[in-house]
Amino acid sequence: MSIKFTEDHEWVLLEGDVATIGVSNYAQEQLGDVVYVEVPQVGSDVAKGDELAVVESVKAASEVYSPVSGEVIEVNGDLEETPTLVNEDPLDGGWFAKIKVTDASEIDELMDEAAYKTFVEGLE
Amino acid sequence: MSDPSPTKQTILYDMHVELGAKMVPFAGFDMPVQYPDGIIKEHLHTRAAAGLFDVSHMGQLVITGSDPVKAIEALIPGDIQALETGQMRYSFLINDAGGILDDLIVTRRKNDLFVVVNAACKDQDIKLLADGLAGKATVTELTDRALVALQGPKAAEVLGRFAPETATMSFMSYREIDLDGVTCFVTRSGYTGEDGFEVSIPNSHAVAFCRKLLAEEEVAPIGLGARDSLRLEAGLCLYGHDLTETITPVAAGLLWAISKRRREEGGFPGAAVIQAEIANKPTMKRVGIAPEGRAPAREHTEIADEAGNIIGEVTSGGFSPTLEIPIAMGYVPLAFSAVGTKINLLVRGKPRPATVVKMPFVEQRYYRG
Repeated sequence: MSIKFTEDHEWVLLEGDVATIGVSNYAQEQLGDVVYVEVPQVGSDVAKGDELAVVESVKAASEVYSPVSGEVIEVNGDLEETPTLVNEDPLDGGWFAKIKVTDASEIDELMDEAAYKTFVEGLE
Repeated sequence: MSDPSPTKQTILYDMHVELGAKMVPFAGFDMPVQYPDGIIKEHLHTRAAAGLFDVSHMGQLVITGSDPVKAIEALIPGDIQALETGQMRYSFLINDAGGILDDLIVTRRKNDLFVVVNAACKDQDIKLLADGLAGKATVTELTDRALVALQGPKAAEVLGRFAPETATMSFMSYREIDLDGVTCFVTRSGYTGEDGFEVSIPNSHAVAFCRKLLAEEEVAPIGLGARDSLRLEAGLCLYGHDLTETITPVAAGLLWAISKRRREEGGFPGAAVIQAEIANKPTMKRVGIAPEGRAPAREHTEIADEAGNIIGEVTSGGFSPTLEIPIAMGYVPLAFSAVGTKINLLVRGKPRPATVVKMPFVEQRYYRG
């Protein structure tokens, strides 16, 4: 399964029935220096479109919405001490949460890497 | 639908874009919020070396008349009579209820007053001053000048290379200095808590001067983002946020800007309200707040007491790049204003513990000669 992106600049990587969620490089560039990430509670249920996390940069707080429905089974504890992982390594070390998805087809609707690249180019 | 008025540009706009700034609308101007280095690096650079800020969006006014000092004292509570020529003072325009309409800096010059006001309040201020001074003095806006700030521990050394006479200026003083054949108004002042200068320079020479400053290895361009985090660390108020027309100088903890003579004599708008508040204490007070943990508490975050009652609101809040912790300021009832008081901040509905602390958060380092 390859990485998918939303129009709100979240990314999803589905492995089995577990989706890892983060924000794109474009998103972290727009956010600027990240100083705090509020991650969801492990065990909480989220629906697609629900607020999943809050990313705080020096300037402002921004919501991150869940691109999928399911149960949060793990969160990235490293973000507590090192929130700048979102800036430095958005597509890997800067992930927010892993969700056990209830409907994998939700991911089919999202953009693949090439489509997202075109989408971002259209914004600039 | 009405057309929004187009955003204005300062004379330094093209330079900002060339330097890679992210431009945002601010008080009717397109201003750099940050450069490619980002807010944290820009902030730390200013604290360690020298930062160059474009503050040309602010209003630069000159007040002339037979006795401009006496005339302006009828409108502001600042003790302008006490200033020698070449000294400056922080003051405010106040309404009849004692609320702050804008904060400003007044410099006493040989024959007139030089006043710098906030960009967002400029039109209102010019009208207030013109109406209030009518028949006694005249207000003129200097539209042909840029205003730049050079701030940080290396600011004096850098500016001294171009104008050696600036080195001995003390905090809150003013000099007219010839730079590149034009007269610049230089003040030793700023909005970062650091030593530094603000330089008013004719538009015709502003870009060349800024490029010379930026060519010095200690100097980096700094955007509005870091300007905001720097002033918050220094405990300085931002008009429209920490100061509004419903907040008095007493509640804001700015009584130091109203001298004994002016408190006693009054003779400015809102004087009776302010005198009564001095005598009876204000209901609310501006305090510094240290949230526990790492979550910043932003402007409008509600403040609760330990029982959960809402008692106030954060008016500025963010992250301190110097201290690497969240910091905030806000208003609480007098009974909760003592340093060490435990409060809760309702961040996204969840109470988070915080403590009332002394300001500034980062020590001010002004040059007092």
